[in-house]
Amino acid sequence: MQFWLIQTLNSIAFGGLLFLLSSGFSLIFGLMRMPNLAHGAFFMLGAYFGATFMNWGINFWIAALMAGLVVGGLGIVLERGLLRKLAGNAQGQVLVTLGVSFIIADVCLMVWTGDPVPVPAPQWARAPTFFIGYAFPTYRLVVLGVAVVAAVLLYILMERTRLGAMIRAGVDDMEMARGVGIRVSLLFMMVFLLGAALAGLGGTIGGPIMQAYPGLDQDMLPLALVVVILGGVGSLLGAFVGSFAVGFIYNFGTALFPDFAYVILFLPMVAVLVLMPQGLFAGARQ
Amino acid sequence: MTVNRRTVIKGLGVGVGMAALGAPAVKAQPKPIRVGFMTVKTGPLASGGIQMEQGLALYMKERNNILAGVPVEIVTVDSGGAPAVARTKMQELVERNQISAMIGPLSTQEALALDDYIRETKTPTLSVAAADDMTQRRANPWFVRVTSTSSQCSQVMGDYAAKELKYKRCSTIADDIAYGHEQNAGFQATFETEGGKIVQKLWPPLAVPDYGTYIAQINTKVDGMFAAFAGSNGFRFFRQFNEYGLRNKIPLLGGMTAFDESLLQQMGDDALGLLSVNYYSATIDNPSNKRFVEGMRRDYKVDPGYYAAATYTAGAVLEAALKTAGGGGDKQALMDALRNNKVEDTCRGPVAFDKYGNVIGNVYIRKVAKQDGRLVNAVIKTYENVSQFWNVKAEDFLKNPVYSRDYPPAKFLEN
Repeated sequence: MQFWLIQTLNSIAFGGLLFLLSSGFSLIFGLMRMPNLAHGAFFMLGAYFGATFMNWGINFWIAALMAGLVVGGLGIVLERGLLRKLAGNAQGQVLVTLGVSFIIADVCLMVWTGDPVPVPAPQWARAPTFFIGYAFPTYRLVVLGVAVVAAVLLYILMERTRLGAMIRAGVDDMEMARGVGIRVSLLFMMVFLLGAALAGLGGTIGGPIMQAYPGLDQDMLPLALVVVILGGVGSLLGAFVGSFAVGFIYNFGTALFPDFAYVILFLPMVAVLVLMPQGLFAGARQ
Repeated sequence: MTVNRRTVIKGLGVGVGMAALGAPAVKAQPKPIRVGFMTVKTGPLASGGIQMEQGLALYMKERNNILAGVPVEIVTVDSGGAPAVARTKMQELVERNQISAMIGPLSTQEALALDDYIRETKTPTLSVAAADDMTQRRANPWFVRVTSTSSQCSQVMGDYAAKELKYKRCSTIADDIAYGHEQNAGFQATFETEGGKIVQKLWPPLAVPDYGTYIAQINTKVDGMFAAFAGSNGFRFFRQFNEYGLRNKIPLLGGMTAFDESLLQQMGDDALGLLSVNYYSATIDNPSNKRFVEGMRRDYKVDPGYYAAATYTAGAVLEAALKTAGGGGDKQALMDALRNNKVEDTCRGPVAFDKYGNVIGNVYIRKVAKQDGRLVNAVIKTYENVSQFWNVKAEDFLKNPVYSRDYPPAKFLEN
């Protein structure tokens, strides 16, 4: 009983964290047709910035928003400064983002040293919550709540606003979007801002669970990839469902089949790639 | 790569400058030597690597770069923790810089990649790589380890848990790599020899994104839990362990790097009372260590832990060997001196070496306490002159397979 209850809660909460990580990754992937391999590094930067802002005495939520803004700004710099110059060369762009992720990782090492930096949770969320006598970390439920709020806001943005409609148009058929007069290059910048900001925000929100440490980027990036491959590129619903699916597969998989801990995430990914190469909820039409 | 190359050039530049400045003063002195220092300054292992550099830099600064009358130039290279890079860098050190000895590498993978080359070039090597077999079944005649094998300290903890804490049932959790396997097996071996039972073993992968799924499985009907983690994992595990409200239910016993001094300040007051085992503690009361801790606080504003103490100890051991061997010209003489010396005055206490090149020295049971407003691993019990074979005869010990995930076999696992 305890096992199933706690692992289920774990899975859902972890799924929430994964959504914050992978929604931005999926957006960028869908529109620009390239995986932004610096996404893990953006997440890590978000965690470090969040911790630093909180050390300055800034409130947790404001620190998270600020971290999102700073990392979002960095996303713009990356897009305008580097990727723009390689427009049309997706392979080059992917390699550039990989290079940028290494640079960010080593700059973090210089600035925040190699020792882990604790990211404090809000004071009120530190004591565990009890469910029928079983302790569960309150803060993980907070993360889940944030993920749901973010999902709703993103849904409204994508489905109910002009910007969202333009992004969807770009994801579906970029040529036609250009043809009807949508400024796709401006769209790229907006999406990069949004994707990077979500990663930065997710970094601070996920910080109290993950902590900020060198290597966090490389721990997170494969998770984003798995979620997006499972859910389908460029689809918000895909990222949402994919995140919770991965949360459940990861938690129950490693608990029930501990010897498969390393491959448990990748087996379903391989299956999806073989059976439905577009992912479960494909957004992009190739 | 640029960083690495630059580091080497800088090292060389400093060396040339020093040689020029020092030339008139050291006329009658023995020939200056170069000592290679292979560490990790970039990538995920950099935390330990930077501390290693700090410890060694402090030792050389205190000695004014002269060990036992021999001017010593340290040539630092950064392997990034990658075995292939380590191999290239060591070749550079040997062929271009003609080093007399090497301090490093940090990790076992690197040490294994260098094993053949160390034998071939007969380079006396003082490493912190912990893999048991480096000084057991595959002992390299040019290798000495001044710190501890993976299992050397945890064997002490197993004994302590059974005899002093009177624990009967314990669970274990460790990184799923050789370092975790060996630490864990050492704990299990001595704990079960003394009548304890290991009822659960958990193996989270080294780069696990979240410990929640493992923590939810923890068997709470135990007297204590042995936790063997490397790098920042001990800190991350501990934070999540608290989140789930287990802090006051299950006492944690840490392996040698789980609650390292470098993690302690970040862990906060929640860490008070945690027990761990190590070959070193910043609170060891001897003059050499007092100087060391003072220097580290002054120069780097940190308390030294596992890695900084390793190179500071290596400095002392190398100095003693240079004295015995009369300089670093003869590698064989230097190697013999390294292995046969007993060095009384190091920051970790007196050290000697067995014929496999591993240290015989004190191992400390430590408890997190607050002293002068900062968290420290205060020594509560000292085991003197501990061998890597614990209380077993070396020949008998080596007849068994090397410690691993499944050896010794766990006979008392539940669920």
